[in-house]
Amino acid sequence: MSHQLEISALSKTFPTPHGPLVVVRDFNLHLEKGEFVCLIGHSGCGKSTVLSMVAGLSEPDDNAGGIILAGRELSGPGPDRGVVFQSPSLLPWLTAFDNVLLGVDQVFYTASAGERRQIAEYYLTVVGLGDALHKRPTELSQGMRQRVGIARAFALSPRMLLLDEPFGMLDSLTRMELQQVLVDLWTRNHLTALMVTHDVDEALFLADRIVMMTNGPEATVGDILKVPFPRPRDRKALLEDPEFYRLRAELIEFLEVRAYTLKGQQPPAPKPPVPPNSPAASSYTPPRQDRAVLPTQVETLA
Amino acid sequence: MKRFRLDALILPLIGFALVIAAWYVSSATWAKELPSPSKTWEASRDYVLKPFEKRGEMDQGILRFTWYSLQLVAKGYFLALVIGTPIGFLLGLSATFTRIFDPIIQILRPVSPLAWLPLGLVLFMGAGKSASELGALFTIAICSMWPTVLNTAVGVRAVPQDYLNVARVLKLSRTKTLFKVLIPATLPYMFTGFRLSLGIAWLVIVAAEMLTGRPGVGGFLWQEYNALVYEHIILCILTIGFVGFGLDRLMSVIEGRFKTG
Ligand SMILES: Nc1ncnc2c1ncn2[C@@H]1O[C@H](COP(=O)(O)OP(=O)(O)O)[C@@H](O)[C@H]1O
Ligand SMILES: [Mg+2]
Repeated sequence: MSHQLEISALSKTFPTPHGPLVVVRDFNLHLEKGEFVCLIGHSGCGKSTVLSMVAGLSEPDDNAGGIILAGRELSGPGPDRGVVFQSPSLLPWLTAFDNVLLGVDQVFYTASAGERRQIAEYYLTVVGLGDALHKRPTELSQGMRQRVGIARAFALSPRMLLLDEPFGMLDSLTRMELQQVLVDLWTRNHLTALMVTHDVDEALFLADRIVMMTNGPEATVGDILKVPFPRPRDRKALLEDPEFYRLRAELIEFLEVRAYTLKGQQPPAPKPPVPPNSPAASSYTPPRQDRAVLPTQVETLA
Repeated sequence: MKRFRLDALILPLIGFALVIAAWYVSSATWAKELPSPSKTWEASRDYVLKPFEKRGEMDQGILRFTWYSLQLVAKGYFLALVIGTPIGFLLGLSATFTRIFDPIIQILRPVSPLAWLPLGLVLFMGAGKSASELGALFTIAICSMWPTVLNTAVGVRAVPQDYLNVARVLKLSRTKTLFKVLIPATLPYMFTGFRLSLGIAWLVIVAAEMLTGRPGVGGFLWQEYNALVYEHIILCILTIGFVGFGLDRLMSVIEGRFKTG
């Protein structure tokens, strides 16, 4: 069976004042249809760069591999990929409803106006915004705005879903709520999904596979972890499963050690171990890279 | 709270009183030709109390003159917006367009209306009777469009990449991107430009009417200067000031509406 998404030998170089910077090099990844894959890695390693190339918002380097979605070589962005950005990036002059409708009108232009309105309303209701259809983004909380962002992506009935740290700016309670909203919608539609996150627990809760990226520059796939938990997953049961902690330790070990050593870099001095159940361990944030991150991020999604 | 209200009323009144006092003293001492406040009022009374009366072509109530002036300004201003907004969009969207036209804009922008008007009259010389009106419109438009052009361009450049990405992901057509994303996102900047442009358009009207001799506040001012009725110069200055202030307030209110949206 051919894959839904094939990323092969992908590279991306940015011109900088100090010469070209190869951010991602020889990145290979295949996604099965209906698979949920999370991409983790240190901040600044190139996760958004990969995602925005899949979204078609930035171009891979010339003659350096390609991206094939459902058997077709990608060129440019399109509504066949629903994108959820880190900031919800709703148009502030439109209501939640009109923000979703803008995309629906675009994709389902053959449907009647009534049907299109129904689609928009349906997805907003599913994400729990049935009562806030006609509110402007400024009247919505951060979490509600991201719900609109999710509804907008799903309402396009895309071939796949691309999410770039969609819950990164939310408090942990809201984050868990939205993870559930996302899983529920994904279960109904069984879309192929590629999501960037740096929250290890989030990745373990959502993903079928977790792709670990090495550090940059010239970042690439370091390792891939299969997440064996059956679905539907219950967060509480997961937290009682020793397997969960084993996988989690493996992810953290990757981020703390192998993300560096695979690139021939020296990992930072190890920190004292955190007991697994302590609150500090529940949301792991990887340390920032010691390398200075370039200030201009014109093309990135985040 | 109460004290604050009182201050808001009393402090500006003190300002007015001081300026009127200076005016009075000047007219009594070093500027003998300057009419005193009371003489000014005496001479202006008819024009203010019967503001819409028409006694002759150049002898009309002050609001009637104002009305003529406003009509001319409105036309010139409208031209400025219709021409200036698209130019602003082109500048904001295209780096090449900016490189081609930005230098010339920077050079034309500081040219005074007094310099443009003769050129306007020359341009429309063939138009016969309406030559002076067309010349005036040309001058108002070309002098007042720059803030609209430049603010629109800045606004277009400031449209967040996020919004443009949304448009790209949804594959909105060019027209849809323009009307659904670019224009709404740029509106607050455009209206700042519109407000500044209106201020300039009103500033230019006086020069335009003075040189063309058209009836209006500016034309009246210049005629009364030549007729040695200096009181009316002051009347016109005050009228121009009040109307300009009113227009700016009006535009601020409109601008404010778009700021929040
Ligand atoms: N438009 C750009 N120009 C130059 N460098 C860029 C650009 N976009 C991203 N980068 C650099 O590429 C690297 C990866 O960025 P990004 O993909 O945003 O990382 P992540 O999403 O993993 O945090 C960073 O070092 C960043 O500075
Ligand atoms: Mg990122």
